[in-house]
Amino acid sequence: MVTLEHYLILSALLFCVGIFGLLTRRNAVGVLMSIELMFNSANINFIAFSKFITPEALTGQIFAIFVITIAAAEATVGLAIVVLMYRNFNAVNVDKINFMKW
Amino acid sequence: METGIFYILAAIILTSALMVVSLRNIFHSALMLILCFFAVAGLYITLDADFLAAVQVLIYVGAVTILMIFAVMVTHQLTGTTMRQVNEQPIPAALIIIVLFILLAIAITQTGFEVIGKFPLMPTVAAIGTALMTVYVLPFEIVSLVLLVALIGAIIIARRD
Repeated sequence: MVTLEHYLILSALLFCVGIFGLLTRRNAVGVLMSIELMFNSANINFIAFSKFITPEALTGQIFAIFVITIAAAEATVGLAIVVLMYRNFNAVNVDKINFMKW
Repeated sequence: METGIFYILAAIILTSALMVVSLRNIFHSALMLILCFFAVAGLYITLDADFLAAVQVLIYVGAVTILMIFAVMVTHQLTGTTMRQVNEQPIPAALIIIVLFILLAIAITQTGFEVIGKFPLMPTVAAIGTALMTVYVLPFEIVSLVLLVALIGAIIIARRD
């Protein structure tokens, strides 16, 4: 029997993997991929709560649709910034783009 | 049966996610991301969210990862496999995520969730459509505006002037 805690632990693990990628990747595209992993873990949480806590209201599923939409918008703008970084600085590594850091 | 499917999907998700954050070739990471999103879509099916599973395949697998691969291709000269792909902080990052996971696991196991044993309505497509057009119509319109703004913003940021 798969309980709610199974899904929550899985999504916590996926979130931690995403944070690890976010903290260690040098490539900006890799950082965006890690952020997508974290969005997915949040969605797993929303849908698991929707099934187990409010099975008839569908609130979690509708919130997950909005999360997916915002994630798509974020990926679009993020990748546009990556392309701009590549064109202006000839670099996509986030540790090279530090001209706004003191 | 259900438990077995859950563990297989969880193993696929975690293995491919670990490969996304650790592979040297960023293109292989993008392919692993596709596998991870497919497994998450399978997980949505086990959670009785059929519409969300279809949306996951259409938007994440079909659009977002293709966009990622497109960016990898555009910046190809700088993403070669010869250069180091991780920074100097893997050990502090590992410590941070271990502590974070322990905290999350304690919080999850200590909280008593009021689980309701009812089955959700299936299929969910009609119910989600009705809810989006009645109760959630204002967030629905705002999120469409956000999409339009993101579209125009991406074009303006990335255009060559």
